[in-house]
Amino acid sequence: MKDTLNIGQPVIEAKGLNLVFQTGDGPVHALRDVNLTIGKGEFVSFIGPSGCGKTTFLRCIAALEHPAGVTLTVNGMTPDQARQSRAYGYVFQAAGLYPWRTIAGNVKLPLEIMGFSKADQEARVRKVLELVELSGFGAKYPWQLSGGMQQRASIARALAFDADILLMDEPFGALDEIVRDRLNEELLKLWARTGKTIGFVTHSIPEAVYLSTKIVVMSPRPGRITDIIDSPLPRERPLDIRDSKAFIDIAHRVREGLRAGHGDD
Amino acid sequence: MIWLVGAVGFWLAAWAVNAQIAASPLGQRRGGRVLVAALFGVTVLVLWEGLVRGFAVSPVILPGPSIIGPKIAGNLGTLWADFVQTVVKGALSGFAIGAVAAFVTAIAIDRSPFLQKGLLPIGNFVSALPIVGLAPVLVMWFGFDWQSKAAVVVVMVFFPLLVNMVAGLQATDRLSRDLMATWSASYWQALFKLRLPAAMPFVFNGLKIAATLALIGAIVAEFFGSPIVGMGFRISTEVGRLGLDMVWAEIAVAALAGSALYGVIALIESWVTFWHPSQRK
Repeated sequence: MKDTLNIGQPVIEAKGLNLVFQTGDGPVHALRDVNLTIGKGEFVSFIGPSGCGKTTFLRCIAALEHPAGVTLTVNGMTPDQARQSRAYGYVFQAAGLYPWRTIAGNVKLPLEIMGFSKADQEARVRKVLELVELSGFGAKYPWQLSGGMQQRASIARALAFDADILLMDEPFGALDEIVRDRLNEELLKLWARTGKTIGFVTHSIPEAVYLSTKIVVMSPRPGRITDIIDSPLPRERPLDIRDSKAFIDIAHRVREGLRAGHGDD
Repeated sequence: MIWLVGAVGFWLAAWAVNAQIAASPLGQRRGGRVLVAALFGVTVLVLWEGLVRGFAVSPVILPGPSIIGPKIAGNLGTLWADFVQTVVKGALSGFAIGAVAAFVTAIAIDRSPFLQKGLLPIGNFVSALPIVGLAPVLVMWFGFDWQSKAAVVVVMVFFPLLVNMVAGLQATDRLSRDLMATWSASYWQALFKLRLPAAMPFVFNGLKIAATLALIGAIVAEFFGSPIVGMGFRISTEVGRLGLDMVWAEIAVAALAGSALYGVIALIESWVTFWHPSQRK
């Protein structure tokens, strides 16, 4: 099983990535010397306390932040080029659905912008709404749905144009644990079905360990990577895998990594 | 005395009936609510008439509805001509021109920070000019007919519309804009698919404020020169002749026109911004 985890072309490569924000209190080192390679089809979680740069790193991949000097490639291109070639779908912390559009209309929005044909738009919307189990809700408005359903709709929106990379910034952070468990399970199934490369930001240790093939532990001031853990867990993961010895060992190592990162401030 | 007692008696009786209707199941329905409002309106008219007669108020100070009503009915032709001249030609055309101008300027300001620094202060400056000073000048420029009134209206409505439009275009949150960026949307795509819809609640606030301003502007501008038709012209000449009943007739028409204009805009608003928390049903 293990050899299926680490194969795959490198999709995202960061070499000595630095990002400094100029603020009123002087420069803030958001990211320092970040080296990371993400292979095709991997599920990579970024975990760490707030301010460790995990969201910022994801935003760099998405070309929403622009570090000086190109030390980051996505599909072999600069992040800006990758964005223009629609290389990734991005799921934010909040669903961010536009309230004047129905759920189907929201999912369709990126397709309209990217110029898909009308017939193709309809077909894709139907397919991804089915994928996130929102088939009957296309005509509803976002505010008529629960938070969990809204977040599922926003995942459908990110999947609609079928990019190979899915970037998710704490997508389930605002949801309660029961909904979160279910969505985690669904996300794993979706990942298995589509074979996408997923970058996933979280600050929940069980979530990171349960979902990932690779866990990147980060720490703040300056934001940096303190540990990279390749998970030995199989791809097929029932929820009760969380009681297994292997799972608890990885969770322990993540916790140690987080503690070590905190030790030096 | 009999008028005073009668008016107050009618008031109390209508009050009691309205309280009954409001408390009954009928009051929850649309018909019931219309009935309550209509009864309230009738009560105001009856009370007005009773007080004017009871205290023997001179018709020059305040004519009763029994004088104003027949005056309106007897001068429908004149009132209609005045309405067309002032409201349709002056106020509405000025309102439309001002709205389009504000829209175009708001987009220009949004595209260019240089214009943001330059145009907003100029708009602010123009709106601070006193209308009674500006109106005669614009009458000199654009002639006595409705064109000069429309020009006054444009000046009055432009700034509140512009300020609301500019604020509306800045009303999107970072998340919504980031989404557009992740899809590599162009400026115009983001404008039409995100920022204009998000700006609509602001735009309609501006339109509602501007609607009442437009009417005031068109009427007042006629005080400074107009052909022998128009609501402002009629009011200023009838005051000179102590024809206060005609003045009140024009006031009634202006009030109706203003309320109708506001109502139409509010109705369109509830269709366009149905998604806004203040409009959700």
